[in-house]
Amino acid sequence: MLDRREVLKRAGLAALATGLGSSKLFALDPTVVLPFENGKRPLVKYPQKRPMIGQTSRPPQLETPFSVFDEGPITPNNAFFVRYHLADIPYHVDPDAFTLEIKGKVERPLKLSLKEIKKLPAVEIVAVAQCSGNSRGFFEPRVAGGQLANGAMGNARWRGVPLKTVLEKAGVQQGAKQVTFNGMDTPVMDTTPDFVKALDIDHALDGEVMLAYGMNGEDLPFLNGFPLRLVVPGYYGTYWVKHLNEITVIDSVFDGFWMKSAYRIPDNSCGCVEPGTAPKATVPINRLTVRSFITNVLDDAKVKARKTTKLRGIAFDGGKGIKEVAVSIDNGESWTPAKLGKDLGKYSFREWTLPVKLVPGIYDLRVRATNNAGDTQPMQPLWNPAGYLHNVAETVRVTAA
Amino acid sequence: MIRRSPLSLLLAAAAISALSFEPVTAAPISYDLPPETAAFKPGQNLELVMNNCTGCHSADYIATQPRGPKYKQDFWRAEVNKMIKVYGAPISEADVAGIVEYLATTY
Repeated sequence: MLDRREVLKRAGLAALATGLGSSKLFALDPTVVLPFENGKRPLVKYPQKRPMIGQTSRPPQLETPFSVFDEGPITPNNAFFVRYHLADIPYHVDPDAFTLEIKGKVERPLKLSLKEIKKLPAVEIVAVAQCSGNSRGFFEPRVAGGQLANGAMGNARWRGVPLKTVLEKAGVQQGAKQVTFNGMDTPVMDTTPDFVKALDIDHALDGEVMLAYGMNGEDLPFLNGFPLRLVVPGYYGTYWVKHLNEITVIDSVFDGFWMKSAYRIPDNSCGCVEPGTAPKATVPINRLTVRSFITNVLDDAKVKARKTTKLRGIAFDGGKGIKEVAVSIDNGESWTPAKLGKDLGKYSFREWTLPVKLVPGIYDLRVRATNNAGDTQPMQPLWNPAGYLHNVAETVRVTAA
Repeated sequence: MIRRSPLSLLLAAAAISALSFEPVTAAPISYDLPPETAAFKPGQNLELVMNNCTGCHSADYIATQPRGPKYKQDFWRAEVNKMIKVYGAPISEADVAGIVEYLATTY
């Protein structure tokens, strides 16, 4: 971390750096326009990544171009979104020197090397990571924060060790209440709260929460948490701590900033309040809400009238599993169930397809998923001040001619 | 952990490709971010903003926020106060008004 003088020095250098003809570079770069006001973003190329939507550069936040979700149910590593909170990210990692520390209310504090972790029995799970603020740019009224379209989500096959295995190796003590997770990324200023997240002890021991080192058959990409990250199936990405190197078992409820003040949602069944108002009480954000998308026909598309158009897309939820995806071409009057694709597990994207035939006209195609608990998507967007949980039934306007 | 020095930040900015990622088999692994391309718009009090904001984040954090008459003084004052109270930014009270003025006028 830096003191104030060093920060000022660095700021001055950044100013110099951004003065090196960068506006010219910017102008030459291709851009994308996200479908909300002030939505123009550069397409940026980062090591290990294909061109991504550049949200911010320091710390880096990269959004997945939406067309990637039409390539299949697994999001490729080189297109997987990136979200950091703090600018001092670890630029150099030595996998042979890396250790994961397990400490706190445990019988045997541990320091495990990456090799030792990889020697433990491995498990795999396909699960969606979605940023809490995915789609924040669509909130109305708008709210401050990362102005994302729908690309801060991804689905991968994660490989690693159940957190339970490691916690049992260390021996959780009686009275343990929560487990906290810290990664190698740190704040620039020592007055900024370090990014630390917590899970209840029962959740941490459920056998599904994973210490992942593999993603879609490869090592984790650097910006997705190399060499080790937490995977919390069904939970928003904020819990999936990257570059994870410190696990602490505690006998209290963790009161760090990123749990106590940030990433909170209204404490009611919809996680929503009247637009523009503040909630009376909040709880930490938790399970993903139900979402679905049409991926092969985009807004303002033209389709052939009286010919079959095969709509396809994806749906997911927080772990109950998708029961049904339905499409409406008449503003929600009637719904036609789609055919669900291969089941890759209850935490995965679920593909769907539906052939439709349209007479000439303009249509709002709506898609809505329902999970096995009966939870579905609202027809009107829900609102909360932080811009989380966006899951309105999506609409795609098409012209059939 | 080794942190990147401001000098290497400059060098990275100078090298247009800057893609010095080593294959995953190599150890240790280094990662260089591409140069920062976003810059603050010119405006009164730009100096204040450069000195107080860019230590922790790039200019696009500001440039991407909602625009329009509803997102002016109150919006930006709330953001600057959040940076101070929540994220511990060492911004002196005397600088707040000038920073808010720049943000509300320029964005």
